[in-house]
Amino acid sequence: MKPMLSLYIFGMVLSGLLCVTGSVAAAPTGGPGQVRIDRLANLFDGVDFDHAAHVEIAGDCATCHHHTTGDGTGGERCGRCHAQSPKSANVACHACHETDPFTAAHLERKAGDRYQYHVDKPGLKAAYHWNCLGCHEDSGGPTGCEDCHGRNATGEAFYHSGTFAPKAASSTSHH
Amino acid sequence: MSGISRRRFLAGSIAGCAATTLCGSKMALAAGSFAGYPEGMGVLVDLTRCIGCRSCEAACNKEQNLPAPAKPFDDLSVFDETFHGGTQKRRPDETAYTVVNRYQPEGGGKPIYRKVQCNHCAEPACLTSCFVNAYTKTQEGAVVYNDKVCVGCRTCMVACPFNVPAFKYSSAFDAKIMKCIFCHETRLKHGRPPACVEICPQQALTFGKRSDLIKIAYQRMQNEPGRYVDHLYGEKELGGTSWMYLSAVPFEQVGFDVTVQNEPILNNVKDFLSTVPMVLAIWPALFTGFHLLATKKDGHGHDNDHAGDSSTAHGEEEDKP
Repeated sequence: MKPMLSLYIFGMVLSGLLCVTGSVAAAPTGGPGQVRIDRLANLFDGVDFDHAAHVEIAGDCATCHHHTTGDGTGGERCGRCHAQSPKSANVACHACHETDPFTAAHLERKAGDRYQYHVDKPGLKAAYHWNCLGCHEDSGGPTGCEDCHGRNATGEAFYHSGTFAPKAASSTSHH
Repeated sequence: MSGISRRRFLAGSIAGCAATTLCGSKMALAAGSFAGYPEGMGVLVDLTRCIGCRSCEAACNKEQNLPAPAKPFDDLSVFDETFHGGTQKRRPDETAYTVVNRYQPEGGGKPIYRKVQCNHCAEPACLTSCFVNAYTKTQEGAVVYNDKVCVGCRTCMVACPFNVPAFKYSSAFDAKIMKCIFCHETRLKHGRPPACVEICPQQALTFGKRSDLIKIAYQRMQNEPGRYVDHLYGEKELGGTSWMYLSAVPFEQVGFDVTVQNEPILNNVKDFLSTVPMVLAIWPALFTGFHLLATKKDGHGHDNDHAGDSSTAHGEEEDKP
């Protein structure tokens, strides 16, 4: 009886270990469950991004993370150079896309680097909107501004909207 | 009678005038052309990216302390506004340095949005038409305006081929031209992009050195040839503008004037006008010479030989009663 029991326990532990390792290697998972995207929050509040749900929807890390996750690339044009690229140290959007893409310092750095291919890389704000809205438009996801990030009072004032809207709707505009 | 017969005199003077005029135009071509300051900045407007959110209008309004708008900046019904009997869409005026208009492309599909503002030409027509030098093309590329010297003649409004400068008719004592100044005072001078570029969520506006933007534009056209019409508007038009455009559809369908010349407006008068100083200097001397030659046989004052003259100009003048 005793050898059978220890063998049984050993078997359970081993299969348990295999289950765990198996599930990590099987489908694209991993990464955070929820991500708070608020680096550029100013006129709008930050976004509570459901990363886990998007992992399910996208199926392939490269759909959003281009070639930085070490899983190959999403396109033929990128694949020319990045088909075998390893995982990057930081796969977050802001690791490559600048918050302020047009500062004098950044433009000078680009001008000084003769061999950089990605000279037309979008800034962080555009990267978020292109990556998200592009797919959302095709797949019927949310496309309105406030569908993803609510507008705060600063934003309302900026757009002269809501409580800051002009009182009398004067339709005359002179040229 | 000594010297020249009338026939020879006429032939000689006509030949002389012709030679002077031809010689004059060659000197006029020495009046140079200007390709823009090498460090001049610009903006590349990619019409395939604009979604018509009007954030740029809001940002400009705030940055330049413009009056509050009639409608909120997130009100998209402004795209339906037309003027002058439905023939014109919105344009920049004294309350808005930039507007976005919506166009429906002829082949159907999604609407196209187009941002309108001063294009900050390399050799602006407004600047060359202003006789008090109220406009300046700055090193950074902006065409700025000085309301202290402006006399309000509004010739610049006539001269601008894009009809951009707007006059502040609403004010009696603070009347001036109002137009986009590329955020020169608040941003460009300090190496920062204009407010509209910074706010755009789609990066439809790309800021950088004009020479670099041309390369970027051609790279975009090469990488995605089906996406763009094969033309960069503003690269050559009117001698080059700092704000350039890429479009998915032919430019005339989105409100651009494609009939403008590739030379600056100034070139239409530059060669002619640059002969003026030379003409003013040389013609008096030249025609004095002709006059002296023509009246040479009278001895005009040198030997006072009036007795023998009967039918000369000199003699006729003196004979007048």
